[in-house]
Amino acid sequence: MSRLKDKFSAQAVLQALAAPALALLAAFALSSAVIMATGKDPFHAFYVMVDFGFKSDSQVWIINKAIPYYLSAAAVAIGFRMNLFNIGVDGQYRVAAFFAAVVGGALALPGVLQIPVIIITAMAVGALWAGIAGVLKTTRGVSEVITTIMLNSIAGSLIGYFLSENKLGVKDGNLFHTPTIPDSGRFFLLPTSPDPIYGTVIIAAVIGLAYWFVLGRTRFGFDLRAVGRSESAASASGVSVRRMVVTSMLLSGAVAGLVGMPTLLNKSFSYGTDFPTGVGFTGIAIALLGRNHPIGMALAALLWGFLERTGIQLEFEGYEQEIVGVMQGVIVLCVVIAYEIVRRVVLRRQQSAVGAELSAQNAPSTESTQAEKAGTTA
Amino acid sequence: MLHDSKGTLLRRVTKLAAAVTATAALALTATACGESSTESGGKKNKGVGLAFDVGGRDDHSFNEAAARGTDKAEKELGVKTKEMTAGNNETEETREQRLTSLAKAGYNPVIGVGFNYGKSVNKVAKDFPDTTFGVVDEQSHAKNVVGMTFAENEASYLVGVAAAKKTKTDKVSFIGGVDNALIQKFEAGYVKGVKDTDPKIKVEVDYLYKESDKGFNDPARAKSMAKGMLSRGNDVIYTAAGQSGAGSIEEISKKKGAWAIGVDSDQYRQKGLGKYKDAILTSSVKNVDVAVFELIKSVKDGKPLTGNQTFSLKEKGVSVATSGGFIDDIKDDIDKATEKITSGEVKVPTRP
Repeated sequence: MSRLKDKFSAQAVLQALAAPALALLAAFALSSAVIMATGKDPFHAFYVMVDFGFKSDSQVWIINKAIPYYLSAAAVAIGFRMNLFNIGVDGQYRVAAFFAAVVGGALALPGVLQIPVIIITAMAVGALWAGIAGVLKTTRGVSEVITTIMLNSIAGSLIGYFLSENKLGVKDGNLFHTPTIPDSGRFFLLPTSPDPIYGTVIIAAVIGLAYWFVLGRTRFGFDLRAVGRSESAASASGVSVRRMVVTSMLLSGAVAGLVGMPTLLNKSFSYGTDFPTGVGFTGIAIALLGRNHPIGMALAALLWGFLERTGIQLEFEGYEQEIVGVMQGVIVLCVVIAYEIVRRVVLRRQQSAVGAELSAQNAPSTESTQAEKAGTTA
Repeated sequence: MLHDSKGTLLRRVTKLAAAVTATAALALTATACGESSTESGGKKNKGVGLAFDVGGRDDHSFNEAAARGTDKAEKELGVKTKEMTAGNNETEETREQRLTSLAKAGYNPVIGVGFNYGKSVNKVAKDFPDTTFGVVDEQSHAKNVVGMTFAENEASYLVGVAAAKKTKTDKVSFIGGVDNALIQKFEAGYVKGVKDTDPKIKVEVDYLYKESDKGFNDPARAKSMAKGMLSRGNDVIYTAAGQSGAGSIEEISKKKGAWAIGVDSDQYRQKGLGKYKDAILTSSVKNVDVAVFELIKSVKDGKPLTGNQTFSLKEKGVSVATSGGFIDDIKDDIDKATEKITSGEVKVPTRP
């Protein structure tokens, strides 16, 4: 009961809201300044964004766009939670989507089998690709930052090699793509108006739930976060750090493997030279923005979609095309900095509170209190 | 940042706050207005909607050629133009939205510059049956779409002949922006042109990117690739890579006796490349401007073009630039090769 009270105490709520409010305010101010520097009216820009962004077709567009972003962010966040920086989500999802598309295009099973086969292939390939980095880190001590970047580049070349006419691709005008997945392998659409929402939104929801449950409510999740906080403490309490590194890379890669699925199973039905690239890097920004929190990342992914949707409209209205990119960068920076500032302020206040309490306890001997206080703040 | 050390209490409150915000946002989404953005557009014809490929209007090359077409239409036909530009790494959804915005606002024709718009133009055109759409470098699959394609391989053959005649080291090279079917057409024509002129000459072929559109907009990479080729003794380099070409032309201009071959526009005449123009031997010109102008004019006259339009050497849809006069001495060879192609005596391949 007292825990619940603590949750709602005015100070705690204030502290929790301080960081997002600060970030939002700073982001607004900086974006306005940038727009004004280009000689345009920032308030009209915000009006256009809100007006256009809340139209029904814009909302569908934003949700569909946010699905891969969310999956990508979840993949990155799994690494973040244990202090691993998986920059390789980009390569992982592309290789995964490519081979899933090849398998899907070659098979003609009933839908109940075809779709799971495609999805499992994608997760397996994604996990395998990320696992290479995990194994290299535990056996040879190579930083995952280096290996995953390298693997991104190798992924691009590998796909480029196989995606030609006499290998795994077919030519269609100026594009090459894998054979089209038959109707049975296509994911359903939610019948919203005017455009449908991709059914793969379900996959994102399931991953969000699983992320919350596995990391927050299981022994494995506890171990994973423990390794992230302190490797030595974790191994002292009996957690095998090596095993955790490989396992979490595999998990991260498996989720990364899903990033291409909304596009593959709801939109393109093949992997072509025009398949989206760079979603893995967007995921890093969204994981940072959403603070690795399952709901925070969902909001961040939707915000990203919103900015991209309205950005095109801004260009149409005569604003610079790059404004939205600037805004995205500003928002991520503001969030990161605001949380750090609030964290430091809260820490200092806690310390002075502790100091005050201690000095009250030892009121008679003033000198020793001074020394103790210095000890706590140091 | 990656792992914070806040108190549990604060974290719980953050979670709670996040949950409340999310619920509110979802509720808002569910109840938000049912109006779709397509319902609030105007209907009056506002002029030409032009969607550029990556690199934009000032790429000194492919996009700029299209822009010249609309500039001419503005001057001669008095139409207005609305221009938008593609970003790097953008997806189908984004291209569809760009074209939809233009069509919805009442622009007619709406033209997508570059094969990236192939799918989106054909898709969006179905929603706007009264608007004429055009796409450069791709085929039409809808009634109101005009597909404008060019025989880039033929123009590339001719600059290949020029390269073979001008090389002193018997080594020439080709830089492609992205290794796709379209750019392979340039490569195929060029290599054939060189080999038909002198089979002894070695042609080094390389692409900036295997699959990413960044290849059309990464001058730094083109620059370093050209540097490598020059150091291996190549003295004529043909770059088919949109805006990236500026990088290799700059690098080539630093080496005495080396020639650059431009692409899509007559790059000798490009203001932005003025500093390096004395190194630009010739350019394989793709008259995108002519095609774009023809399309705008046909819509203006009320008799819009339809279906696929091919622009080859025969129709002067592609040509070789002679500005600078550097290939005047081999004019006979070029003319002979031109005749062989237009008469059908030489078939220029489209695939390497």
